[in-house]
Amino acid sequence: MRFRDLIRLSLDSAVRARMRSVMLLLAMSIGVAAVIALTSLGEGARRYVADEFQALGTRMVIVIPGRSETGGVSPGMLAGETPRDLTLGDALAVQRLPGVERVAPVVVGSAPASVGSLEREAPVMGSSADLQPVHGFKLARGSFLPPGDLTRDTAVAVIGSNIARELFPGREAIGGNLRIGDRRFRVIGVLADQGRMIGMDSQELIIVPVSAAQALFNTESLFRMLIQAHTRDDMTRVRNATIEAIKLRHQGEEDVTVITQDALLSTFDRIFTALTLTLGGIASISLAVAGVLIMNVMLVSVSQRTSEVGLLKAIGATRAQITALFLTEAILLSVAGAITGLFVGFGVDWIVGNIYPSLPLSPPTWAVVLAIVVAILSGVVFGLMPARRAARLDPVAALAGRR
Amino acid sequence: MIDLRNICRHFQMGDQQVRALDDVNVHIETGEYVSIMGPSGSGKSTLLNVLGLLDRPTAGTYLLDGRETTSLDDEELAHTRAGKIGFIFQSFHLIPRLTAFENVELPLVIAGVAPEERRPRVQQLLASLSLESRSKHRPNELSGGQRQRVAIARAMVMQPAVLLADEPTGNLDHVSGAEVLAAIEGLNAKGITLLVVTHDAEVAQRARRHIRMRDGRVVEDAP
Ligand SMILES: Nc1ncnc2c1ncn2[C@@H]1O[C@H](COP(=O)(O)OP(=O)(O)OP(=O)(O)O)[C@@H](O)[C@H]1O
Ligand SMILES: [Mg+2]
Repeated sequence: MRFRDLIRLSLDSAVRARMRSVMLLLAMSIGVAAVIALTSLGEGARRYVADEFQALGTRMVIVIPGRSETGGVSPGMLAGETPRDLTLGDALAVQRLPGVERVAPVVVGSAPASVGSLEREAPVMGSSADLQPVHGFKLARGSFLPPGDLTRDTAVAVIGSNIARELFPGREAIGGNLRIGDRRFRVIGVLADQGRMIGMDSQELIIVPVSAAQALFNTESLFRMLIQAHTRDDMTRVRNATIEAIKLRHQGEEDVTVITQDALLSTFDRIFTALTLTLGGIASISLAVAGVLIMNVMLVSVSQRTSEVGLLKAIGATRAQITALFLTEAILLSVAGAITGLFVGFGVDWIVGNIYPSLPLSPPTWAVVLAIVVAILSGVVFGLMPARRAARLDPVAALAGRR
Repeated sequence: MIDLRNICRHFQMGDQQVRALDDVNVHIETGEYVSIMGPSGSGKSTLLNVLGLLDRPTAGTYLLDGRETTSLDDEELAHTRAGKIGFIFQSFHLIPRLTAFENVELPLVIAGVAPEERRPRVQQLLASLSLESRSKHRPNELSGGQRQRVAIARAMVMQPAVLLADEPTGNLDHVSGAEVLAAIEGLNAKGITLLVVTHDAEVAQRARRHIRMRDGRVVEDAP
């Protein structure tokens, strides 16, 4: 039998049994579309987070007080010691380490902010001029915190756009006086709207010099220390040197956690890749279900066409040819289903992408390949059994319509 | 060309053995026209199935063109059927979703004959059976006689040496039956070996040799 005739005959049979074929097409395309759409979602989330991190600027090393890494119960903690605080002195020591370009100490808290009779609660971040390049803050207008001695307590503030709008309605915030807690600050800059930046909404934020924040919240300790290394290659060296330097200052106790941005990013990357794989795996189950459906429908088809198989045998068709006819039909249906599913899946991505432009969806290549391969494979695997059953029919019984 | 020696075909039904063919010896030369008659259940169809290589005998030897067939495997049997044997059934066995043309073409398709070569052969056959105007019709749009003539065309398209017809007129009225018989007798006149199983004495009478069966045995074999 010629290949073109094989395709034509199988296609003909599939097209004639319209209900059956539409059902199979539907099942297979739902499976493929599910794989595409769900893995797109996982991949989209991964890229969204990766982009967020990228926006922070690369080369970032983060120091967090306390040993919170896995297995992080230090002997000191068992002895009832609390981890030592991270201080401005630590930040200054780290600043002198080789490979370190900038250090931004961070203190965070929440305080009432008021201008005249207008008052609201706002998150306050104490830091230094270095925070801007390290963290990637952009200004809408005015200037950021001035560089200089970290311990000097200048009464200036940079505020988010919502704060500016609410506390200085209808007038320019820059140059205005702002009361935070019981201290007065002069507004010198307004942040650009950058959306959320790792848990901080830049529109709602107030940034003041670190020592002002320490005084405000009456604390010596830092919430975080953000270090920017000179180059990407310096990051590991900076990380190790930072641990050593702080350990030295903390009486030999390694009581901080130091994460590189890369490590953080790759952790997120792993989590989201696992998520995508899981979603893809769950969606693939529907492909297997579609495969089982193919098998059942083809079995029914074989029993409906028993006498046709007998006739084919009588006019000289071999077992291999009959197997090929039924198998080709199953494969054609699953390929058609896979293609339909691709269109539906990408269609869903396109629609979601239009509704949420910040979450551009596109499936990872492996998922597309996997979906198509699994779809076709299930056509082959689940089509083979019915096809072979047809091929093995006894011609005399088959002609009589018996099985 | 056909040589059956001590052919038996037994079916095991529970603990009972049905002897559908019981020690059948038949010799048929090329170009003969043979009718096979006998009461229902006497083994006529079974004999035709064995002759057509659709069924394997339980015992005995079957030489087709001098070649022993009982030892052939499935694939060789299929090829032999394709090349040497044409079948006509009482119930036509046309594929309903294919047109008359496509039904006739099917054996050529299976044999892998090129489309350019298929077309003239099929068209010529349809014309010789007065079916040229029906070639694009599906079986459900044809009369019984037309369907059987399509089936004859399909049986002939591979130019077989033997035509086996199991009650070819069984489902047809008198006129259509006569047309169908005329068609296959025309083929016999051109040299094909023709075996017709029938219940109709009038039909059987037209053959030149008459085989009568009872209980799986040939009880009469006369011109
Ligand atoms: N697959 C089978 N299993 C069991 N018994 C069978 C089978 N096929 C045929 N037989 C038996 O073999 C015998 C011969 O059957 P066959 O069909 O050859 O008869 P027939 O002469 O063609 O009858 P009819 O004129 O009714 O068509 C019958 O008794 C039948 O019941
Ligand atoms: Mg019969």
